[in-house]
Amino acid sequence: MIRLENLVKDYGTVRAVDHIDFNINDGEILGFLGPNGAGKSTTLKMITCYLSPTSGNIHVDNANVMDDSLDIRKKIGYLPEQNPLYSEMIVYDYLKFVAEVRQIPNFKVRLKEIIDLCGLHGVMSKSIQALSKGYKQRVGIAQAILHDPEILILDEPTSGLDPNQIVEIRELIKRLGKEKTLIISSHILQEVQAVCDRIVIINEGKIVADGSADQLKSGFNKRMSVTLQLDSGEAAVKQMVEALGNIQLVKLTTLPEKLTEAVLEFDRALDRRPEIFNYIKENGYTLYELHREDISLEDVFRKLTIEGGKQ
Amino acid sequence: MNYTQLICKKETNAYFDSPSAYIFLIVFLLFSGWFFASPLFLANSADMRTLFNMIPILFLFFVPVITMGLLARERSSGTIELLATFPLTEHQIIMGKFWSALKLIAVGLLFTLIHLLTIALLGTNIDFGAIFCGYLGLIMVGAVYAAIGIFASSLSNNQIVAFIISFAVIFVLYMLQYSLFFVPAAFAGFFQYISIGYHYSNMSRGVIDSRNIIYFLSLIIVFLRLAVTVLESRKWK
Repeated sequence: MIRLENLVKDYGTVRAVDHIDFNINDGEILGFLGPNGAGKSTTLKMITCYLSPTSGNIHVDNANVMDDSLDIRKKIGYLPEQNPLYSEMIVYDYLKFVAEVRQIPNFKVRLKEIIDLCGLHGVMSKSIQALSKGYKQRVGIAQAILHDPEILILDEPTSGLDPNQIVEIRELIKRLGKEKTLIISSHILQEVQAVCDRIVIINEGKIVADGSADQLKSGFNKRMSVTLQLDSGEAAVKQMVEALGNIQLVKLTTLPEKLTEAVLEFDRALDRRPEIFNYIKENGYTLYELHREDISLEDVFRKLTIEGGKQ
Repeated sequence: MNYTQLICKKETNAYFDSPSAYIFLIVFLLFSGWFFASPLFLANSADMRTLFNMIPILFLFFVPVITMGLLARERSSGTIELLATFPLTEHQIIMGKFWSALKLIAVGLLFTLIHLLTIALLGTNIDFGAIFCGYLGLIMVGAVYAAIGIFASSLSNNQIVAFIISFAVIFVLYMLQYSLFFVPAAFAGFFQYISIGYHYSNMSRGVIDSRNIIYFLSLIIVFLRLAVTVLESRKWK
């Protein structure tokens, strides 16, 4: 378990990280989300013992980053932002060097696994600078997971990749997340939404939200909004709303195909959709469409990070 | 293999995987060959004094070139963040880089032994003790330059800046003893004592004095320690 306690980091007079305080449980996939310059990378650099906090503390399994830095670094696999690599080295030599530093006992066996896992077939004898960006990213991830770390920290692992490469890297991350504690920083929402159990959003060095994607969305929107199309006519819809109770009719229109479209809103905590469906069925109408209009994580993110982060 | 050796091996491979080590060796040997051969028959003596006097000047240019990238490149490419988050200490990183630079310098010196072979074949009454002593002095001077170069390289992420800093520091330290007439008499002794040239000239004459050795070792330790401190400074609160 990783514990961040009142973490503060100042760069000169600029406060990059401002009293961050949260835990990361074993096996959790945490998405660390924020706009550029929010303090994500700085926080990750402190967890990986590259920088020291100005005040506050970080514990990894009860060891402290200030005192037991070497032990903690052995447990962590880290892909820094921009994926720095020794570009003049050959991929094999690079991974061999990393393996030696990480003191991996059975390098050849492990290397085979890594080549399969990261899809590095055919590039092992190439110079790193000759690789495409997607392959470089795979080499970077291979470096981070070579010693099979308990904790894997990936700082913007998909930045600068094309859509196909992004999908591939995400698949790889999902596979890795099955057995490791994983922290991924990103400013891309779909990314964390696709792979993370839990999302922490920070802005200007402060945590502005913490929870699963659904929790974050529901925290923002206490009401659920549902659109339905049916062949009952407008009057019947009004009747239904009254019969069911506690549902607000937001919009009611008749479509050109003689269908009626209604937008209903109700308390999110109590999902009324089954009741609506049953009512329609019991009264002999035909339902053509029923879907939820949801607040997107994009909206949450924009609200939190642009509009001052005040809920 | 311990961590220092690992870093040393990585840097040595990097030297020899790129043209830099070969260019260094070829140009260094061309220059040193010229400085050895051109006065040899004029002076008509079977020793290596002229060469020994020139090599510290050659090193003044060559050693900063081989050390300037050792940390500056890691900083500019960001790989320093990888190294620093591996379970390595800053001390191991610096020492590994220092040994690899010293190894390259030693290889360069090793090739100059061919000149020793020349005088051994042509001359008589060769003072091998003095020559051994001179080589020891050269290795010491090379090591001091390398330590200064690594310190300079730790300061910047620009290799040119690192080169200029190390060149300037070495130049001043080497040349101090030739500028003694500019300083007040009271300080002359001190300035002479901290000059690299003064200590080296003792050794190149064939005198091994513990004071000279201690002087060189302490310079090496001071500059490597400074480089470690610069690397660690990112962790200052």
